[in-house]
Amino acid sequence: MRERTKKDLIFLFISVVLYAIFEGLMLTGFIPPYMERSIVTICINIILAASLNLINGITGQFSIGHAGFMAVGAYVGAIMTVKFSLPFIVAILAGACASALLGVLIGLPTLRLSGDYLAIATLGLGEIIRIVILNISYVGGASGFMGIPKDTTFTWAFFVMIFTLLFIRNFVDSSHGRACIAIRENEIAAEAMGVNTTRYKVLAFAIGAAFAGVAGALFAHYNYMAHPGSFNFLKSFDILTMVVFGGLGSMTGAVTGAVVLTLLTFLLADIPELRMVIYSLLLIILMLYRPQGLFGSRELSLKMFTRLLGGGRRDNA
Amino acid sequence: MDYSALFLQVVQQIINGISVGSIYALIALGYTMVYGIIRLINFAHGDIYMLGAYVGFYCTTVFQFSFLPALLMAMIVAAIAGMIIERVAYRPLRYAPRMAVLITAIGVSLLLEYGGILVVSPQTRTFPAVFPTTLYNIGGVIISSQQVLILAVSIILMVILTYTVQRTKIGKAMRAVSFDTDAARLMGINVDMVISITFAIGSGLAAAAGVLVGVYYNSIDPLMGIMPGLKAFIAAVLGGIGIIPGAMLGGIIMGVVEALVSGFISSTYRDAAAFAILIIILLLKPAGLLGKNVREKV
Repeated sequence: MRERTKKDLIFLFISVVLYAIFEGLMLTGFIPPYMERSIVTICINIILAASLNLINGITGQFSIGHAGFMAVGAYVGAIMTVKFSLPFIVAILAGACASALLGVLIGLPTLRLSGDYLAIATLGLGEIIRIVILNISYVGGASGFMGIPKDTTFTWAFFVMIFTLLFIRNFVDSSHGRACIAIRENEIAAEAMGVNTTRYKVLAFAIGAAFAGVAGALFAHYNYMAHPGSFNFLKSFDILTMVVFGGLGSMTGAVTGAVVLTLLTFLLADIPELRMVIYSLLLIILMLYRPQGLFGSRELSLKMFTRLLGGGRRDNA
Repeated sequence: MDYSALFLQVVQQIINGISVGSIYALIALGYTMVYGIIRLINFAHGDIYMLGAYVGFYCTTVFQFSFLPALLMAMIVAAIAGMIIERVAYRPLRYAPRMAVLITAIGVSLLLEYGGILVVSPQTRTFPAVFPTTLYNIGGVIISSQQVLILAVSIILMVILTYTVQRTKIGKAMRAVSFDTDAARLMGINVDMVISITFAIGSGLAAAAGVLVGVYYNSIDPLMGIMPGLKAFIAAVLGGIGIIPGAMLGGIIMGVVEALVSGFISSTYRDAAAFAILIIILLLKPAGLLGKNVREKV
């Protein structure tokens, strides 16, 4: 069996066990219903963080307009279920396709820019998407898109998240992923080695956008409605924060960042005034003392555990 | 269609645009100076503008200052705040990855916004009318005394800034650090001090803009800095980031375009127009209107 397939199977096995544990705890009432909300939100945020990590961390393209793609996914998905009464899976796929298409359309011209300029352009595009949605009365305009069925359950959110992680992980480990990493490390050198830089940048951008669209569709179908205000640039900053908090370029980091920061938001929900102050202070302090994020660009893997255990045994001897 | 009425309306919108634009220009100057010197998009800059507005508000209401002392006080407090932020949050990260500094800037911005909500409550405050409003009617175009004031204060501040940067020793040091930080350090320039002073000047200008906006719109709130901050940043990019006259030009253009869009199309598209300008300029001339194209070297 190929090494990669083996790893995937182990990962899938662990995920199914995790799913069974959480689902069991929820059914027996150990996790109260209000906690379910935070768990589903964590799953959605992991999808967002992982997809942004592919663009920012793996390919090194500084994008801070991720909420715009999320908005497109949310609205296109909602149109599918509300206006055309199509099944939920179609809504998710349509959201992903629409976001990916937009990602390509936006990516082709803007990815010529680099560094800060790309960051500002994506920030602007994210806001433009939001303002355009705000002015379309077909989807509710400024008052939001109402009456979306609540199709997202823990099962949906969890397995879509697992699929996202597997997909992005395998993409990064493929030759395409290595081309993306080469672009991050040195774009000119990558080009000289024959990597079609524009193609891979747009590809990574489109995949990232597609998964942001998926997350958007899940988000809209969990909250009964989609509101343009939920997809402003602060949301983009939120996602970016999760990725940088965990460590740019590390999938483990993106997942950890999403889990920790979402939990933090829920824990501090009782003190709304102080919440953002504590959140921002934590952010500043973490960046001052560990600018590379919690994990740096390292990954958590089985190998790491065995190495740790092996090291421990040697110490004992 | 009545063309003379249309013409008058266009002129009126342009005048409104210039007064809002000079406020964008004042904020944009701070962005452009900071970016020019340490290549940082200082997201907290819009909140310094909010801070300035609040200091001006408390000076005029609690301490009964008149306009000019309140303006100066706001500028001084904001300058000190800017220097503290630079010292505490940005200086330790001078050699860290760019993304980390950017996240820190976002953190500082959130801290100022929500710290502000905590301290001064989220409600909108009414800025006292420090000047009696007089409306001048020049051939059908209405200009208010506040608009004259905004333009006058902005021009005076920009003249002082240009003089400082072009003619004084500290200005020369700032230009040197912006051109090549390492070479400037080798020439005996205290780079840290120059960066600190740059933050102070930029923050002071933003605070002046804050007080002027308070006088113009009569209302301030802790989140007022977000949108003007972003737009001023776009203005800085439009003019060519790092170039001081570019920020002034960019600010005025932004203000006029916004006024025209909200006057003739729809005010809901005003913000979209700002971002559309940004995208267009980035695609056509990323170095900005007054910027020079720099060839990338391997």
